[in-house]
Amino acid sequence: MTELEAGRAQALVPVRSGAVLQRYRDVLIALIAFAVLASLPLFTGSKALLDFVIRCSAYGLFATSLNLLVGYTGLTSFGHGMFFGLGAYSFGLIMQKLGLPIPAAFVATLAITAVFAAIIGAICVRLKEIYFAFVTLAFQMLIHSTILSWASFTGGDQGLRGGIPRPVFLGIDLSNHVHLYVTSCALLIVGLLAMRQIAQSPFGYTLRMIRDNAARASFLGIDVWRAKLTVFVLAALFASMGGMVMALFVSGAYPEFAYWTISGEGIFINMLGGVSTFLGPMVGTVLLLLLNDTVTRFTEYHGIVLGVVILFFALGLRKGLLDFVAEWYAHRRETGEER
Amino acid sequence: MDIDALAGCLSSSACLVTQTTSGLIIGMLLFLVAVGLTLIFGVLKVVNFSHGAFYMFGAYFAMTAYQLTGSFALAMLAGAAGTAILGLIFERVFMSRVYGADVLMQVLVCYAFVLIFDDVVRMIWGPEFKAMGMPAAFQVMPLFIAGGVVPPYYLLLIGVALLAAIVLGIGLSRSRIGKVIRAAAHNPGMVSALGINTGMIYGGVFALGGMLAGLAGALAAPVRSLTPGMGFSVLIESFIVTVIGGMGSILGALIGALLLGLIRSFGSLGFPLFTEGLMYLFMVFVLVSKPTGLFGKEAA
Repeated sequence: MTELEAGRAQALVPVRSGAVLQRYRDVLIALIAFAVLASLPLFTGSKALLDFVIRCSAYGLFATSLNLLVGYTGLTSFGHGMFFGLGAYSFGLIMQKLGLPIPAAFVATLAITAVFAAIIGAICVRLKEIYFAFVTLAFQMLIHSTILSWASFTGGDQGLRGGIPRPVFLGIDLSNHVHLYVTSCALLIVGLLAMRQIAQSPFGYTLRMIRDNAARASFLGIDVWRAKLTVFVLAALFASMGGMVMALFVSGAYPEFAYWTISGEGIFINMLGGVSTFLGPMVGTVLLLLLNDTVTRFTEYHGIVLGVVILFFALGLRKGLLDFVAEWYAHRRETGEER
Repeated sequence: MDIDALAGCLSSSACLVTQTTSGLIIGMLLFLVAVGLTLIFGVLKVVNFSHGAFYMFGAYFAMTAYQLTGSFALAMLAGAAGTAILGLIFERVFMSRVYGADVLMQVLVCYAFVLIFDDVVRMIWGPEFKAMGMPAAFQVMPLFIAGGVVPPYYLLLIGVALLAAIVLGIGLSRSRIGKVIRAAAHNPGMVSALGINTGMIYGGVFALGGMLAGLAGALAAPVRSLTPGMGFSVLIESFIVTVIGGMGSILGALIGALLLGLIRSFGSLGFPLFTEGLMYLFMVFVLVSKPTGLFGKEAA
């Protein structure tokens, strides 16, 4: 079942109560997921596993926010990683230079990201497909070269070193590994839930309409430019959240966080997991990180292995893993009903 | 920032000549890569994200051929011919499967090959920096033009690139094959209905684009250091060139490449740390004022 068909099927049930029901269901799923993740440290002392989940949180937030652009709005951004890097750097710099409490630095970073995203988005979103992709890439490289060249402020190619101070707030001590882990999980779940709400809201369906037929959307009186800009800024905020989780995890920020490869990985993650389901990018994140970790353990040529896997998905499967599963499931249900 | 150095250079003819020629060779190399990119986009409607790899292979092929034979001409030939064959295979076997698919899919296939090609080079030639060395024929006294130093090799490089630009421009507009290529870019269905094998045209255009990038790599090999991943910065810069000049326009690629080359050579004096940033700023500036690029046609 494609997303369009899903939308049509939902329109058949009374819309309002259906939406409310679905929201309760989403919240319930989120709570259960958080409970499961948060209780993980009780069962295992494995630091590697917790580290893995923290990295999944950072990349998952980033990749899912990219899906808001790519999958829901049809905006193929090659430069989404700039907000990941921007989040990591702003957060790190605020903590190092100003020493604000962590929640204040968190909010300030989101505000900074929103300003940057609004300016960059205002320039980019009116451009067509491939031009949009390149200009976002150019902005990404602009930010990356600014970080490299402004060495006195950002540390240049060495990155932000000396660690990010992590003062205790509300009884949460982020230099404690388990505290950091639970906080990352909480940020992931809250972020995913918020993005899910955006995707399922009327605004989310406006985005789908813009993706499928922008001309028709604008005939219906939708300000396409403004809707695209809004989702561009929203997606940037969640990417920036991912960057902050990453900065907290490595206790620093490095130019690689703002490099184009982060954007490339984000697109690959989306492709791997699938863009037609909300959780596709999350599945893709876990797959890519698992793949990266196992491959680097066995060979130094992990580019070849990764490349072959990408080719398998792009040329062989021609869709992401969750797309594949969703279609297979829908197909099975259809044939089942016919009997 | 070092505005004084920039102003000082602009007022001295020696420095002006030196910086302009170094800007020209950067620009000409970029043009060769970018024109292949723009040609492939114009005809095949795909953005070859792995184009930088052809530049890289061109340089490595040339280096190996030079070490084996000691002939500079053969080295250039190896760089160009090797990448042409590689381009043909790459297009026929892989890219031809994703025509008409989502842009994302095309980018991913290319992204996969960027990863694979870089590792292949690392396997064959090793991860360290390599140098081909200047051929003996060009190890002569540099020319002095208006007090500025110009190595003779630079003149050869600029000449070859200019020749390629002229042949390409005339070939596309005058020759029969050029007309068929332009027709295929415009309406592939009609062209194939007229009994012309569009698959071969696509393969040929991709091979031509790969060859030009390979030639650029081969020409650059004596003056740049070779390393796996060297193609990527060239790729990004030639993207900027095509976007500034307008996707699918050869003249645009030439103008864009030269502008970018000059920005780099003079920018490195005035803003030594922010030279790359200047290029991106320039691109953003052009796109905001004319989204289709300087010579791009209004897209439908």
